[in-house]
Amino acid sequence: MSFLEVEDLRVQFSTDDGVVKAVDGVSFTVDKRRTLAIVGESGSGKSVTSAAIMGLHNRKTAVVEGSVRLDGQELITATPDTVRALRGQRMAMIFQDPLSSLHPFYSVGDQLVEAAKVHQDLSTKAALAQAKTMLDKVGIPNAERRLSDYPHNLSGGMRQRVMIAMALMNGPELLIADEPTTALDVTVQAQIIALLRDLQEEFGTAIVLITHDLGVVADLADDVVVMYGGRVVESGGVEDIYYRPEMPYTLGLLGSVPRMSAGRQDRLKPIPGSPPSLIRLPEGCVFRPRCPYHTLVPGNRCDTERPELLPVSARNPEHGVRCHIKPSKRRELAAEKLGDLVEGTA
Amino acid sequence: MATYIVRRLVAMFGMLIALSIIVFLIFNALPSDPARLTCGKSCSPQIIEANRQRLGLDKPLPEQYGAFVKGIFAGRTYGSGTATFDCSVPCLGYSFRKGEEVTTLITRALPVTAQVALGAFFLWMVVGIGIGIFAALRRGTWKDRSVMGAALVGYSFPSFFIGLIFIFLLQIKLKVIGFTGFVKFTDNPGLWFNGLILPWITLALLYAAFYARLTRNQMLETLGEDYIRTARAKGLRERKVIGKHALRACLTPLVTAAGLDLANLLGGAVITEAVFNLPGMGRLAIDSVVDSDLPIITAVTLLVATFIIVANLIVDILYAVIDPRVRLA
Repeated sequence: MSFLEVEDLRVQFSTDDGVVKAVDGVSFTVDKRRTLAIVGESGSGKSVTSAAIMGLHNRKTAVVEGSVRLDGQELITATPDTVRALRGQRMAMIFQDPLSSLHPFYSVGDQLVEAAKVHQDLSTKAALAQAKTMLDKVGIPNAERRLSDYPHNLSGGMRQRVMIAMALMNGPELLIADEPTTALDVTVQAQIIALLRDLQEEFGTAIVLITHDLGVVADLADDVVVMYGGRVVESGGVEDIYYRPEMPYTLGLLGSVPRMSAGRQDRLKPIPGSPPSLIRLPEGCVFRPRCPYHTLVPGNRCDTERPELLPVSARNPEHGVRCHIKPSKRRELAAEKLGDLVEGTA
Repeated sequence: MATYIVRRLVAMFGMLIALSIIVFLIFNALPSDPARLTCGKSCSPQIIEANRQRLGLDKPLPEQYGAFVKGIFAGRTYGSGTATFDCSVPCLGYSFRKGEEVTTLITRALPVTAQVALGAFFLWMVVGIGIGIFAALRRGTWKDRSVMGAALVGYSFPSFFIGLIFIFLLQIKLKVIGFTGFVKFTDNPGLWFNGLILPWITLALLYAAFYARLTRNQMLETLGEDYIRTARAKGLRERKVIGKHALRACLTPLVTAAGLDLANLLGGAVITEAVFNLPGMGRLAIDSVVDSDLPIITAVTLLVATFIIVANLIVDILYAVIDPRVRLA
């Protein structure tokens, strides 16, 4: 049993234009001390997935179905207060923009103390001491003095460190990081990633990393789930995804990453088109309208039949892909597309 | 902070001086002769001239203004020779119409208005903000729509209409509330409450409707903020997410509106006082306008201006207390 098990998760919102199937049948597992990265474009359903795990969707406006088990405990059918008690306690979350995610009117100390006191029976003094220790731990100099600072007094990197400290106040076993470095400078990004890795080592946390930055994924993740149009289109170990990708969408993502080794004349290759409307999804493969290779599939299967997420080979059942193209042909394509980009393609 | 407040108080003083000069000049530029207004129909030129001298209205304007200001801080003496009377500090003038010092009139009227205003203020803040939060949390549901619809109706009715409906229904038809008029709290707390409850509700209804809409809009905006999601992600109970994190962020516009509304009301809830026959500032102001009783009009105008300026200062200080990003400088 894995620490976090997500099975056939579905999240729907009713809007005036129709039902938005933001997440449709997503499954994955994360063990302690492991990092799972969920990768995809905006609107692929990655943040909705993370909010569903945390129970942050408004039950009046969102329909959440399927199964989310934290250490064996089912969260989808649990009462809101049960899930609330777990939030910040056994599972915590950090967000993309630390400035808007911290309350502008409360001091850093106040917000950290509050996080501790929700779940622990502490005096304010003890909670403050704990807050200071945690700020030290996330690498904030002069932690004692920072406690009385407000978020607007801090730099972007410091704010994200405060967010991380706040998430770690109660020693959570699962940390969901939703685009934790997107709003930060590149140098600060590297520091935050290093910090997350160190903290994972120290506390043995399971991490779910939501990102569209494949560089961050390579640095931090053990496993990767590639999402498109609210579903998983490819999943596997980080090496599978980087060196042996099979889904044309994953190929497109990898092809759109700038590389130092590429010549100056090589332009970045964006994936043509835009993500599908989650209200009226294509009948067949969700990626079909943007897929340059659908002609490789005989007939019009890509238009009529939803591909299943199937293991690439019996040898590596962890590596799954959702594509109608023949496996041998897919590997050929990957080699052709990435051969000049990736050294040592297996 | 302290230097800021001192500086603001000095500025306030300057503003009041400027304002008092303007008010003084305007009233002296009016075609009506203040001395003529000091006596009724049986006036003779002799009486008018005598009064003109007693009031110092024969002096040049700057001198009159000087005497007015001196009266506020040092008191003044009207008339000369044997027919004099003293107007003690702070002397805001003397009303011949009413035969009383303006200061006396105001000290009698202001507490009445203050009781009406503060009671209504408390009522509408609690009810308005409560309804606003209630509606925001049920956005788009029939509860939200009906509550906000009711608020719109409350907001649309003029207060004299609401007041008269209350009088008709509760006092005349159902006889739940007696016609006691204004009774001092120290004389009889029960009758005091009885006399003020309808004015409170009437005034509060009007304002509560506005505050409910303000709170609802502000709350809806705040609930979409990232830090509210963070508060929930911490595992805080919804009560605390709303009551602490969201409400605190909604306070700034509420405090602004509340400060100015309260200051305005302290200058007299004109219509409500008239409907419920309360001897407050509004009544005093209206009577003096009808009678062209210039000393009272001048004093009331200055007083209301002072309230507004002080309220503004308090609101600005509260901003800094609520929002640490605001630096008072």
